[in-house]
Amino acid sequence: MTAIFFMATIALYLGGTAFSSAYLSRRDDTLAKIALGVTGVGFLMHTIALLARMVEAGPVSLISFHDALSFFAWALVLVFLWVDVRHHIHVMGSFLLPLALLSLIWAAALPKETTAPMLKTVWVHVTLSMLGTVGFAVAFAAGLMYVIQDGLLKSKQFNVLYSKLPPLDFLDHLNQLAIVTGFPLLTLGIVAGALSAEVARGAYLNWNPEQVWALITWAFYCVVLLGRITVGWRAKRAAYLTIIGFGGVVLTLIGVVMKGHGTAL
Amino acid sequence: MHIIVVGLSHKTAPVEVREKLAVPESRLDEALARLRSYAGIKEGFLLSTCNRVEVYAVVEQIEEGHARVQEFFSDTHLALSSEQLIPHLYGYTGDRAIGHLFRVAASLDSMIVGEPQILGQLKDAFEVALNHKASGVVLNKLVRKAISVAKRVRTETKIAETAVSVSYAAVELAKKIFSNLSEKTVLLVGAGEMAKLAAQHLVDQGVRRVSITTRDAASAVELARRFNATSIPFEHFRHEMAEADIVLCSTGAARYLIGVEDVEQAVRRRMNRPIFLIDISVPRNIDPAVKDIDNAFLFDVDDLEMRVEQNREERRREAVKAERMVDEEVGQILQWLKSLEVTPTIVALRHRAEEIKRAEVEKAFVRLQHLSAQERNVVEGLASAIVNKLLHGSLVTLKAESTSGGGAMFIEAARRFFGLDDPAAAGRPGDTSSAAALDESDSAESGAARESEQHPAGKRQA
Repeated sequence: MTAIFFMATIALYLGGTAFSSAYLSRRDDTLAKIALGVTGVGFLMHTIALLARMVEAGPVSLISFHDALSFFAWALVLVFLWVDVRHHIHVMGSFLLPLALLSLIWAAALPKETTAPMLKTVWVHVTLSMLGTVGFAVAFAAGLMYVIQDGLLKSKQFNVLYSKLPPLDFLDHLNQLAIVTGFPLLTLGIVAGALSAEVARGAYLNWNPEQVWALITWAFYCVVLLGRITVGWRAKRAAYLTIIGFGGVVLTLIGVVMKGHGTAL
Repeated sequence: MHIIVVGLSHKTAPVEVREKLAVPESRLDEALARLRSYAGIKEGFLLSTCNRVEVYAVVEQIEEGHARVQEFFSDTHLALSSEQLIPHLYGYTGDRAIGHLFRVAASLDSMIVGEPQILGQLKDAFEVALNHKASGVVLNKLVRKAISVAKRVRTETKIAETAVSVSYAAVELAKKIFSNLSEKTVLLVGAGEMAKLAAQHLVDQGVRRVSITTRDAASAVELARRFNATSIPFEHFRHEMAEADIVLCSTGAARYLIGVEDVEQAVRRRMNRPIFLIDISVPRNIDPAVKDIDNAFLFDVDDLEMRVEQNREERRREAVKAERMVDEEVGQILQWLKSLEVTPTIVALRHRAEEIKRAEVEKAFVRLQHLSAQERNVVEGLASAIVNKLLHGSLVTLKAESTSGGGAMFIEAARRFFGLDDPAAAGRPGDTSSAAALDESDSAESGAARESEQHPAGKRQA
């Protein structure tokens, strides 16, 4: 049952991604509207799949990587739907939906159940970290769009993409908003993880490479945020930094997953 | 009854001819009265703008109609001989004339395709024609339809969406950098016309803070008053650049007034918030190397002109879509015009009467089963006599009036009194309620119509 909804979600997100990518090169908005519709239905399926999974594995089931990545994709699509419906910035879909799709495909490739013995409170750590990651993903997309639009303006290429991308200061503001929201969530997520680890293993940190990477990423975003407030690391610099930062986030995730015990701690 | 247009436009006549032919607003009344005085012209409508002078008319005979309107032009404009004038004139008839009117209204025939003024000018000219009863049922309907076609083109295509002037292109670019112009500050360096125009556009788009600097302090004060702006001494303006989000530069100086270092410093002091610089001066006043500074966006006249050219290209693409809409609408209006012919109206009227008579007689026969054949003939004869007598007056009047000036109105009235268009109207595609509303005001002749036309005109003036 859950599997059917899950596969339907992947198919619909795939459609949404395809339509919103094709939209980038077309003048009219029809494709974006189709993408929004298809993704909206996908989101509904996804919500059902997540709820069904909760019923199946208990109310706090966000424990395995499968669940964590699926939740990440869900939250990311929620952000896209909000931006598209509220601000009519269709082009967001072209950048956010591929990320959601990849994350969901990755989730599909991972086992649903975790084999390692796990504390019940781990879901707090997983949920918060994933929401923080959504913030960084949005900041990444905004940063990427910023760099592209900046380049188009500088090289005076007023093409279709130029006409679709939102104004630079909107992108910069979105970038800031996403980090300002994502960073505290990730911080809380790390704290929750450390507390869980303390209870489980008697140590907050055991300095494995993934934990070190996570801390480096955290420190990186901390510096990015402080830099913006104090010395004006905004606009293009902020865009580049958040693109690099998200690379760190992805590497951390891959590292933790590859380690293979199938849990999100 | 035929619809014709005779006139000239920027496409067929140079400005020397157009300016001589143009009819000033104060003399429009007189011109319309004269137009109507020519034999065979049943309805007339005169459109005179700086780019075109055209007469639309409903005439009896095509050739004669064209000749009369040409005559009208040479009689009205004594400064031009007919040899000078006639080569520039174009004339269309029927569907081509209607199509031309729709294209003009939708700004497809304008010098700058998609420019919005023509619609207002058309409405004003129409109002004058209505006031003088120069236009009648046919032209009123055509012009109203032209106005609705123009609105449809405006909303359903992107023909008027993009900037096609250099000063407006600057605004369009600003909007790609800043999402909310009302919070932004504009610094106007120099008093060049283009820069002033761009500044005006920016203010219209919501910019509230404008500062101005010119070498000549007096003109800065005058400009400051115009834009409700602060005036900055010319020696200090580089320092003030950090406060400006948009710098519009247009001076007569022959050297760079704003150098790389000035902009670098401004960006630094702005904590990397983007700064948008437009150099509309020739020779340029901002060092072109500024474009390589991060978060500074420099555009010169050529960049803006390139943008304008691209937008024109886009408008041309949209114009193709608009042409299709016009063709579609012409097809619809032709159907309506056809209904105004007298013979089909009389046939339809007879047909309708015959239908009603037959139905009623049959109903009566069902109830009067016992009637003999002879009695049946009497009843049928009675019904026929009533119908024919009732119709006789209407048919005679219709035939007589169909050749007069108000013929179309009589036919339209007959079609409505007897509901001749009812089944057709319900089945006609795309004939929306707005078209029905147009019909309403047509029959009210002018009162309500004039009011509805005056309203938008008043708004425009405000």
